[in-house]
Amino acid sequence: MPLRLGFIPLSDCAVLAVAAEKGFFLRHGVEVVLSREVSWANIRDKIAVGALDGAQMLAGMPLAAAVGIDPVAPPLVTAFSLDLNGNAITVSTALWTRMLAADRAAALTRPTTAAALRRVIDDDRQRRRPPLRFAMVYPFATHNYELRYWLAAAGIDPDTDVQLTVVPPPRMVEALEQGAIDGFCVGEPWNSLAVHRGLGRIVVTKYEIWNNSPEKVFAVTRTFAEQQPALHQALLRALIEAAAWTDTPDHRRDVARILADDRYVGAPEPLLAGSLTGHLLRGPGGDGAALPDFHVFHRYAANFPWTSHAMWLLAQMLRWGQLASPIDVGAAARRVYRPDLYRDAAGAVGVAAPEVDLKSEGVHAGPWLLQGSRGSIAMGSDLFFDGRVFDPGDVTAYLAGSALRAPQIDLDALAALNP
Amino acid sequence: MIVDENAARAARLAATLVECGCEIAARLTGRGDLQDKVNEVQPDVIIIAMECADRDTLEDMSRITRHQPRPTVMFVDRSDSESIRAAVHAGVSAYVVAGLSPERVRPILEVAIARFNEFQALRRELETARSSLEDRKVIERAKGIVMKRRGLAEDEAFRLLRKMAMDRKMRLADVAREVVATAELL
Repeated sequence: MPLRLGFIPLSDCAVLAVAAEKGFFLRHGVEVVLSREVSWANIRDKIAVGALDGAQMLAGMPLAAAVGIDPVAPPLVTAFSLDLNGNAITVSTALWTRMLAADRAAALTRPTTAAALRRVIDDDRQRRRPPLRFAMVYPFATHNYELRYWLAAAGIDPDTDVQLTVVPPPRMVEALEQGAIDGFCVGEPWNSLAVHRGLGRIVVTKYEIWNNSPEKVFAVTRTFAEQQPALHQALLRALIEAAAWTDTPDHRRDVARILADDRYVGAPEPLLAGSLTGHLLRGPGGDGAALPDFHVFHRYAANFPWTSHAMWLLAQMLRWGQLASPIDVGAAARRVYRPDLYRDAAGAVGVAAPEVDLKSEGVHAGPWLLQGSRGSIAMGSDLFFDGRVFDPGDVTAYLAGSALRAPQIDLDALAALNP
Repeated sequence: MIVDENAARAARLAATLVECGCEIAARLTGRGDLQDKVNEVQPDVIIIAMECADRDTLEDMSRITRHQPRPTVMFVDRSDSESIRAAVHAGVSAYVVAGLSPERVRPILEVAIARFNEFQALRRELETARSSLEDRKVIERAKGIVMKRRGLAEDEAFRLLRKMAMDRKMRLADVAREVVATAELL
């Protein structure tokens, strides 16, 4: 019986698609059938009943399962990060015009903050207009946390000053066109489609919000990882090699061609090729400035499941009240993220892996070298656009320093659990 | 409230649920703004086809405290693994809104599972019928090719094809497809 792996039609299903199309699964002796799914809830449910053996997931999904805020999901583990970056926040052309009028300098500064948006929101409030509506893709999506992070940094409370809603990625552009939403945070190619159709403007990319930040993971059930360790390792080896292939600049046009097929994303090839080759058009007739790190599939140790990335995501669940009671953040992250399993697979295919599980985020402004298992690894910058630093050794202090956090977090109780 | 892009299936499900004493508050094809619609209609239960991407919208609504109503996915306790399996395999999911107990909702979901399975079976039957028609056509063509090339009578050609299929542990139609494909090459 071939293994069934699920994915969602997005540019960052690339590594799974390439592993299947370019024979990486077969080279490692694994027979795989990829299953295109329409919702993250379907992926979760199909994993829960064994209709899928593994899947592309939002990095927050297996973590939400582990801390009991998604009770439907079984215990999941991830030993492989599928990519870094890859998303953007897009606003409607009408809202962009208002942002320019409200604060042209702020709107045109890179990375663009939400300062101009805040002026628009203040204006709406004075005129007693209904709040602006922004969409993301899932409650435990990185998109939700990025959008909230970006809004909150400008003093916009994502729970009261705007209305957040969930719209499936392939429907985002339609919702923007119908005026059902004023902006969204989603993966490619859906931002580019809004720009291409003259409906929206990309205001900020995920890379700009947090350089080289975690996005999707490949997750399996803990039962699968425990009962089929050899099969799991073979999958990981295939994915590491597929990721290296996908990340090669010369292969990116081939990746766009593969993804354009209806079996994968089913979007026009030129649209997919834009961000995949590092050329993102932010607005109609706008500048196509090169963004080589818009999608990172392998370099900068992109496939390594950093426990500290998981801890940042758990910190966001606490910050926004999804996780109402304090937890041992490091322990929860380690239950899901398995850097040890990644190291085994990387070693088998001769790829250098980081020797530490944690790193501080927001401290490297440019390229740097990390000591790895086979010499040093070239790493990318990891700055947050607002200059904050995330020290995984002190999550409590990080949350204490985060404005607009959910009022119910008991920081003392959190500190007691995270000494 | 029923959310299903398959209008015929939704209509049959609605009819059965009405027979069971339910009231259908709304029937959506899953293309509109689900969040607004749920707020407007205020259903007790939402039955949604899993092929509708809007499921994720319902997932989110269940976690937003300031919006009412709050749909939550069925089987949050995971104790009922057989029902969840049956629902996923049938391709249907249910969300409970106004704090109804799972016991009251279970019969509704069971009806939905049954109706969805019926449609799946119907689709399979159609596919089987279509493929058996295609099989017969390709076997006839292969038989004609063998008769012509080997100078055999019809029943002899058929026996030869059947023997090839048995020797190679293949379906007769698949052997016939190979014969036709090879003949096209030559």
